[in-house]
Amino acid sequence: MIRLILPGQLCALTRVGTEVELRIEGQATLRSVLDALEAQYPVLRGLLRDPVSQRRRPLLRFFACQEDLSNELLDAPLPQAVASGTEPLIVIAAIAGG
Amino acid sequence: MSGVRVLVGTQKCAFVLTSDGKRQRWELSGPHFVGWEIYHLKGSIADPNRLYASQYNSWFGQLIQRSNDGGETWEPVGNRFVLEGGIGNYEGYDGTPQAWEFKRIWHLEPSLTDPDTIYAGAEDAALFRSTDGGQNWEEFRGLRAHHSTRRWQPGRTAMCLHTVLLDPNNARRFFIAVMAAGVFRTDDAGETWRAINRGLKSQYIADPNAEVGHCVHSIKMHPRRPHVLFMQKHWDVMRSDNAGDSWQEVSGNLPSDFGFAIDVHAHEPETIYVVPIKSESEHFPPEAKLRVYRSRTGGYDWEPLTKGLPQNDCYANVLREAMGVDSLDPCGIYFGTTGGEVYGSADGGDTWMLIAQRLPPIHSIEVQTLP
Repeated sequence: MIRLILPGQLCALTRVGTEVELRIEGQATLRSVLDALEAQYPVLRGLLRDPVSQRRRPLLRFFACQEDLSNELLDAPLPQAVASGTEPLIVIAAIAGG
Repeated sequence: MSGVRVLVGTQKCAFVLTSDGKRQRWELSGPHFVGWEIYHLKGSIADPNRLYASQYNSWFGQLIQRSNDGGETWEPVGNRFVLEGGIGNYEGYDGTPQAWEFKRIWHLEPSLTDPDTIYAGAEDAALFRSTDGGQNWEEFRGLRAHHSTRRWQPGRTAMCLHTVLLDPNNARRFFIAVMAAGVFRTDDAGETWRAINRGLKSQYIADPNAEVGHCVHSIKMHPRRPHVLFMQKHWDVMRSDNAGDSWQEVSGNLPSDFGFAIDVHAHEPETIYVVPIKSESEHFPPEAKLRVYRSRTGGYDWEPLTKGLPQNDCYANVLREAMGVDSLDPCGIYFGTTGGEVYGSADGGDTWMLIAQRLPPIHSIEVQTLP
């Protein structure tokens, strides 16, 4: 199981807590995690990545194991600690104020 | 007893205001979609309990929400808006070609006859339609294929399609407006389009009479006279009596003919309303007095409506989508401000009351008259 922590704003859409568990077939990558997330929670389709271009939303970042994975290739393997569920993959929304 | 539902889209959420036909006591429900910009909500005339909302924020992009119970519950529907390539570019601020890119939905216009059919105006400027209640969207590609699109340029805010008007007498005719290109009409259900900007004069473009380049803020029609259009332009209030083939200025004695919102009385097709704003750089009412202006003659002669509206220290704006009317008798008029206030009049504008306040800045007001 992959553990994924989502920004709080999405909880109202998924109607679950900020942490979700995802079963991944094959290698754990950013693409396979996002595919599994959108399959499990169709309401999130197109919100973390553009539904047409598949580009990551520019004001979101993917962190894990104290590393910024945001600009890794979509098909690059995630750290073993994430793939094993020991560490979560965290989606962070850019801070905003004013 | 009949009633009224006012749909309020704000910078941070949405609200629904309801009242009975007297329109003196209002209930506020919400906030809905907390933390999201609600550019527009609108109900279907064919089924008043079917509502649609455009929900957007810069972190997560676009969602479209649908309600089947008058706004008590909502469900997200489709958010895949595909702009096919092959149309070329438009011109950016700096004169460089810009590739078309979907950013968000500014306006939702439900079909007049089918609650599952809805039109959506997008930024970058494009028109989409769904015929399955918002699940799937298809672009009217003919609009962006118009010969003028390479000369379309964004306004300061965006290059967006913000107005869609459907002709109740002719299902193949509709009107759209693009910031800052102008007005376009189709007479073949969206296959082909023509610019209908003759008579508009805009001093902020090289040729003030150009075919495109006009910053149209809002257009409204009376459903019994769909060939008569009223427009609030960046500057100038205009009317057309021939479905947009030509326009004439009707600003008359307005204290400023800059503004965003315009609307038409439900029972008097020549009675129209605007909220004059001081200028393009000073987005508040002249003399800081919040005044709706009414013309009973289709323009030219205007009277200020002030009873119940603040007549000092008002520095709020009324945006293009933020005015609506009900169809009770007397006609009700409503508008929302960027200061988060909703004002309503149950007597055609003669007197006003504050029906909600301290909301986030208001993007849109849509009014439903309920049986």
